[in-house]
Amino acid sequence: MGEPAKRPKRKNPVLRTRLPTLPPAARSRVALGLTAAAARGRLELQVCLDCGAVQYPPREVCRDCLSHRLAWRSQDGRGELIAETTLRNAQELFFRERLPWRIGNVRLDSGVNVIAYVHKNVRPAPCRVRVEAALDRASQAVLIAVADRGRTDMADDPRLREMTCDPHGRKILVTDGKTALGQAIVHGLSAAGADLIWIGEAEPWKKASGFETLRALPQAVIVPLDVTDSRSVHQLAGEIGGKVDIVVNTGDYHRTFGIASRHGVETAQLEMEVNYFGLLRLAQAFAPALIARAADGAANAIAWVNVLSIFALANHPPHGTYSASKAAALSLSQALRAELRPAGVRVINVFPGPIDDDWDQLELPPKLSPNALAKAVVDALKGSVEDVYPGDVAQDWLARNLENPKALEREVGGKAP
Amino acid sequence: MPARGYDDVVLAAPVTVPYVRFSIRGAHWFLGRALAGLLAAANIPKARIDGLAVASFTLAPDTAVGLTQHLGLTLRWLDDVRMGGASGIASIRRAARAVQSGDAEIVACIAGDTNHTDSFRRNAASFSQFSQDTVYPYGSGGPNGSFALLTAYYMRAHGAKPEDFGKLCVAQRNNALKNPLALFKKPLTLDEYLNARLVADPLRLFDCVMPCAGAEGFLVTQRTTAESLGLPFVRLLGAIERHNGFADDPIQDRGGWALDRDALYAQAGVGPQDMDFIETYDDYPVINVLQFEGLGFCGQGEGAAFICANTFEVAGTFPFNTSGGQLSVGQAGAAGGHLGIVEAIRQLTGQTLGARVPNARHGLVSGFGMINYDRGVCSGAAILAAARV
Repeated sequence: MGEPAKRPKRKNPVLRTRLPTLPPAARSRVALGLTAAAARGRLELQVCLDCGAVQYPPREVCRDCLSHRLAWRSQDGRGELIAETTLRNAQELFFRERLPWRIGNVRLDSGVNVIAYVHKNVRPAPCRVRVEAALDRASQAVLIAVADRGRTDMADDPRLREMTCDPHGRKILVTDGKTALGQAIVHGLSAAGADLIWIGEAEPWKKASGFETLRALPQAVIVPLDVTDSRSVHQLAGEIGGKVDIVVNTGDYHRTFGIASRHGVETAQLEMEVNYFGLLRLAQAFAPALIARAADGAANAIAWVNVLSIFALANHPPHGTYSASKAAALSLSQALRAELRPAGVRVINVFPGPIDDDWDQLELPPKLSPNALAKAVVDALKGSVEDVYPGDVAQDWLARNLENPKALEREVGGKAP
Repeated sequence: MPARGYDDVVLAAPVTVPYVRFSIRGAHWFLGRALAGLLAAANIPKARIDGLAVASFTLAPDTAVGLTQHLGLTLRWLDDVRMGGASGIASIRRAARAVQSGDAEIVACIAGDTNHTDSFRRNAASFSQFSQDTVYPYGSGGPNGSFALLTAYYMRAHGAKPEDFGKLCVAQRNNALKNPLALFKKPLTLDEYLNARLVADPLRLFDCVMPCAGAEGFLVTQRTTAESLGLPFVRLLGAIERHNGFADDPIQDRGGWALDRDALYAQAGVGPQDMDFIETYDDYPVINVLQFEGLGFCGQGEGAAFICANTFEVAGTFPFNTSGGQLSVGQAGAAGGHLGIVEAIRQLTGQTLGARVPNARHGLVSGFGMINYDRGVCSGAAILAAARV
C-alpha cells in the first residue's frame, strides 16, 4: 500500500463545479470482448481455436491462419516493457485535464504487443511487467502495466486511481444498514477509510441485533430512509443528495416462494417494492445529483453499488418471485448504468450466491457470510470492475451461465419444489 | 521475377497550393486548387486529364468518386489512394502503370487536406480500428505518442542522441528558410531544438510535425506527351512499395524499404551513391533515420554515425528534404507524402522555389504511412532522374 489519498479540501461553493469529461469510449464490437472480461476484473485476449495464436489488437479473424474461430481466453499478462513515453500533450479534454500520462509498448510473452498505461511504480523501460485489465472512467477496458513482482495498488498512481472508486475519504450512503449485510458493509467501508457514512434506517421501532454498534463508528450518521416510500427517498436526497459520492444500495426484501406454493401477489409486490421500485426511487432521487457532481474535484460523485443476487441471472424456482424482482433490478441497473456512464459514474452490480441468513436457510453450502460479501463490495470499489460474483456458488452460476444460459435454466429449474 | 521497368513514364508540373495553419475551407477546395494549378502549369484544358489519383484524409463523406463530380471531371481511370504518407509513391506507381498500358494518357496525382481547428483530433480519434480500440484511449497522444515510443526505442537500441535528430531538424529549417511557401520562417538553432518543451518524451516540440491545410500535385504521363506539351519533366527510373513489412519485429526500428531496395536500385540502374539528394517522409526525425538505413545510405542502426558524418543542407554532403520537409514546411495531411515528390520534380527540372542542388541528376523520394496500430505499415520509394542525364 502506498500513501492513501489525502482528504480533499472543502470546495469553495462559489466556484463553478466542473463538468465531467471522459476518455474516448468508441470501440469496435470485437474490442468489447476486452471490456466484457475487464468488467469482471479479468484480462482476456482472443486466442485462435485452430492454431493457438494469441491476438491483439482484437480481430475478426486470426492474424496467422485466418480462422474465424477466435475465443476470449484468460491471460497471465506477463511481458516486457520495451518502450515508454510520457505524454505531456493530449487531444482529448479528459487527458488534457490530467497530464502527464505514462504509456508504453509491452511485448507479451504470448507474442503480441499491447499499448498500456504504465503504473508509476514500474521501473524505466526495458523491464519485465505484468499487464492487467481495468475499466477507465468511460467504463471501457484499458490495459495497465504493473511491476511484475508483488502486489500493485492502482490507487498508488494518481492517474490510475481515478479508474477505481476507492471508498477512502468518500461520503457514502448505505441505503439499508439494519440487515446483517448492511451492517457488515458499513463496517467494511468504515475500515476502508470512508469519510462519512449515512446509514439508512427504515423502521426505527424495530430492533436489529448489532445495529447499535454502528452508532459508535466515528463516520456513521443514521438517517431515516424507506425505499418503498417516494417521499422518504426524496426527503433524504434533498438533505444529502448533493454530498453523496457513493450510493450502496443494500435494500433487499427476500421471501422464499415460487408460484404455486402461495396464493396472491402481496409478497411478490413487496419484493418488487424494495428490490425493484426501491432502486428506481433511489435512482430518480440521487442519480441527478451524482451526475452533477461527477467532476467535483477529488471529492466527486463516483459510484453506485447494487447488491443484487446470482438468482438475477436465472430464476431459482424456490425463490421464484424474489429472483424475478432481482432480475428486474438488474435490468433497471443497466438503464442506470447507461445514464450515469456519460458522467463517468460507475454502476457496480454485485451478484452474491446464497447468504448465511434465515431466508437462504434451505440453500446448501457453500454460503457467503455477510462479512465476505461486504469485503467483496469494498474490494470492487477499490478495484476497477463493474460486475462482481462473490463466493463459490456465484462463480459456479456465472460459469454455467456464460457457457450456456439455457442449460443453467434447466439445471436450476430441475430443483423446483 | 523482377518487375517491368517504367520505360518512358515521366512526372511533370509540380504544383503546391500554399499551406495555411488552419482553414475554413473543405478538402475539395484544396484539391480543386491543386487541379487548377496542374492545368495552368501544363497549359491544358480540363478535358485532357483522363486519369486521377487522389489522396486525402478529410474528403469524407466523399471519396475520389465524389471529387470527379465536384470538379466536373470525366475520367477513364480513377484511384483513391489512402495510404497516408505512402500515397504519393503509391500514386506514382499506379499512375505510371496506367499510362504505360494506355489506360490513361495524363494522370493528375493530387493530395491535400483542409485543417479546421478540430480536424486533427477527429482524424486521430478515428484513424483506424486498431488505433481507436487500443491506442487512442491511452492518453490520446495521436502520432506524437506513437512516434515517441519508436524514437525512445531507437535511441536506446542504437545509441542515437537528441543532437543527432536535432542536426537533421536544423538542416531542414535552413533549407526551408529559402522556400517562400514554408510555414516556418524563423531560423532554428540546435540549442532551441534541444531546449524546446517536451511533448511526449523524448520528443520535443521541433520533433513534431505541424498539421496544416494545403495541397500538392503533379502529372504522370508519357515522355512524348510531355514533350508535345512543352513540359519540363523527370523520368521515373524505379519505384517500390511494401505493406506490413517486418511484421514480426517486436517494435519498429526498420521499415519495409530493406525488403525492396535491391529491386529498386536494380530497376533504376543506379545505386544510393548516385543520388544527388533525397526527400524522405519526415513527420518525426526518427523516421528519416529509418529511411537512410532502409534505403541503403548506411547500415541498420548506423543512422546516428551517418548523421554525424554528413551535412544535410542543400549545399551539404547529403542534400536532404531540400524544401524544408514537412517538419519546416508543414504537414498538409495526405499531401505530406507528395511534398517530397513535388520538390524532387522541381529540383530535377530547375523549377525550385528555394535553393537548388547544383547539377542534380538523380533524386530519391520515399514515403511512409499509416500508424495503423503500433508502427507505420506502408513504405515506398521512387527514383527520379532529370530528362537528360
